[in-house]
Amino acid sequence: MTNSIAELENADCILVIGSNTTSSHPLIAMRIFRAKQKGARLIVADPRRIQLALMADLHVRHNLGTDVALINAMMHVIIKEGWHNQAFIDERTEGFEDLKKILDAYTPEKAAEITGVAADDIIRMAEYYAKAKAGSIVYCMGITQHTTGVDNVRTLANLSMITGHIGRESTGVNPLRGQNNVQGACDMGGLPNVYPAYQAVTDPDNKKKFESAWNAALSDKVGLTVSEMMSGLSHGPLKALYILGENPMVSDPDTAHVEKALKSAELLVVQDIFLTETARLAHVVLPGATFAEKDGTFSNTERRVMRVRKAIDPVGNAKADWEIIKEISNRFGYPMEYGTPEEIMKEISSVTPSYGGITYQRLDGEGLLWPCPTTDHPGTKFLHKDKFVRGKGLFYAVEFKPPAEVVDEEFPFWFTTGRVFAHYHTGTMTRNCPTLDSEIHEGFLEVNPGDAEGLGLRHGDAVNISSRRGLMTAKTMVTDRVTKGVVFMPFHFAESSANVLTNTVLDPVCKIPELKVCAVRLEKVA
Amino acid sequence: MDYRTVLTTCTHCGCGCNFYLEVLDGKVIGTIPCKTSPTNEGKLCIKGWNVHEFIQSEKRLTQPLLRKDGELKEVSWDEALDFTAKRLREIKDTHGADSIGFLTSARVTNEENYLLQKFCRAAIGTNNVDHCARL
Repeated sequence: MTNSIAELENADCILVIGSNTTSSHPLIAMRIFRAKQKGARLIVADPRRIQLALMADLHVRHNLGTDVALINAMMHVIIKEGWHNQAFIDERTEGFEDLKKILDAYTPEKAAEITGVAADDIIRMAEYYAKAKAGSIVYCMGITQHTTGVDNVRTLANLSMITGHIGRESTGVNPLRGQNNVQGACDMGGLPNVYPAYQAVTDPDNKKKFESAWNAALSDKVGLTVSEMMSGLSHGPLKALYILGENPMVSDPDTAHVEKALKSAELLVVQDIFLTETARLAHVVLPGATFAEKDGTFSNTERRVMRVRKAIDPVGNAKADWEIIKEISNRFGYPMEYGTPEEIMKEISSVTPSYGGITYQRLDGEGLLWPCPTTDHPGTKFLHKDKFVRGKGLFYAVEFKPPAEVVDEEFPFWFTTGRVFAHYHTGTMTRNCPTLDSEIHEGFLEVNPGDAEGLGLRHGDAVNISSRRGLMTAKTMVTDRVTKGVVFMPFHFAESSANVLTNTVLDPVCKIPELKVCAVRLEKVA
Repeated sequence: MDYRTVLTTCTHCGCGCNFYLEVLDGKVIGTIPCKTSPTNEGKLCIKGWNVHEFIQSEKRLTQPLLRKDGELKEVSWDEALDFTAKRLREIKDTHGADSIGFLTSARVTNEENYLLQKFCRAAIGTNNVDHCARL
């Protein structure tokens, strides 16, 4: 997030797009409720009638994968009506003229044809957001899990910059990170192209710095992403995969393809707390510890680094994950001598500029928001205050592109996925919490009442869902949360796994799979 | 009776709510939301209130497993760790560093993420490290 969570409640307009906030980030939804109580306008853009839509001033249900067309049309209106912030554009940005040129074509009427949203509603969205004093954009995987994921994010950044709703309190472009420490995993260099703090592996100076810090020769070749590793295992160069606390058999698109990849590994190591669907395929399974059994830190979606504290010893013979990695490294011949996670944090802050001022002692209390470069730095509540990281904010002129797979006669329904309020990701933890498991025990398919009638489906009926990748059976939930022609399935449930059906096609830049849109066929189970 | 509360950070989503885990005689028995937390200000969602329930689940893995004759069998830590390090070494020597990949985790700590990518880059010698940020 460019801005911190608490700031949301002082925004006077919040645009929530592609985030089912009350289900996936309930305590951030609380801030949106408070903003609403203080008089903020809430715009929800989501194909489904999510809970937040019920309290929105305006809910638009755009067709799956049409975000760029919707946002471009908002900007078309904002510029046409003169609601843009010319002073901000002049001082803080570049590339505006190129953007303006392509926006000419995105009239609300044209966008209405693409998105299915009435032109008048697009004009109202534009007015609410542009005329706000502090407008905040909140988004989640509904924006990113598309072949146009990067385009979608850039378009939201464009919207925030033409209106100057960035770099100030209670504004910003605020992605809600789905995993508890996905922000930290990225910050720590758990990515194939960067060292900790996003320092590129291809930059010779960075390589030299880390070679000296780690006393080892390093590679300057960008590594493989998750999806590339899966095809690498199936088709050739990759022979071994070491998986720490992840469950690609449930989380990744096209499960049959993932299973084939994992089974073709010469060595599959899985380190986890439960025998997950992925661990069952491993050659060796290493029992790790939960967050309650070790010390450390998590970095949340607002960049706040917070302490995790050990409450009990690891169960049975399980071990803290850092100890397992250390032991393997020592046996492999690369000595690691850390006695505690705090010693590791000391090394992290010495090589990670944005964590430079972070010590365990300073994290007692409220934690610290990075960038926090020195031990006397108070942390950074919101980013891009006087300038952007690259200097001037760059507009990208982004044209609308349809999703990679669209409906046709053979597969006539749009299929999308997401989370439910009681579960988290692949359910490894939440489905082992009896209280949560009893709230929602199994997967289901949301079908619009009109479609259900046409297919002869009633609430609770078993329905076969097939796509070009696979076939899955689930129970029908008849609901107008989805519009006609669209069906939705949560992806938490391995035995009725939405990702058997989803498409592996990737965004060409960031390699995210298009989990939010594919085409399926439905048949009532006889 | 040994009753303690330990302040920590939730593991069930990216909000990062703070609560006290209640520990009674070595068992985690509940959560109490932290009122001074900047994220949750004394509130929790259903996932947070019940997060303690999976920690000591009977289904937890408590012993390393190694595949022998096609089946996963319980083994000692020494055997599992030696096997892993030895096989990684053999595969690196035969096929090169770039034949090995690592998925680190959005659920473990910063310190553990740092350590695994360091092992991947410095010990193995490849940048093949990623995680489920995109999933």
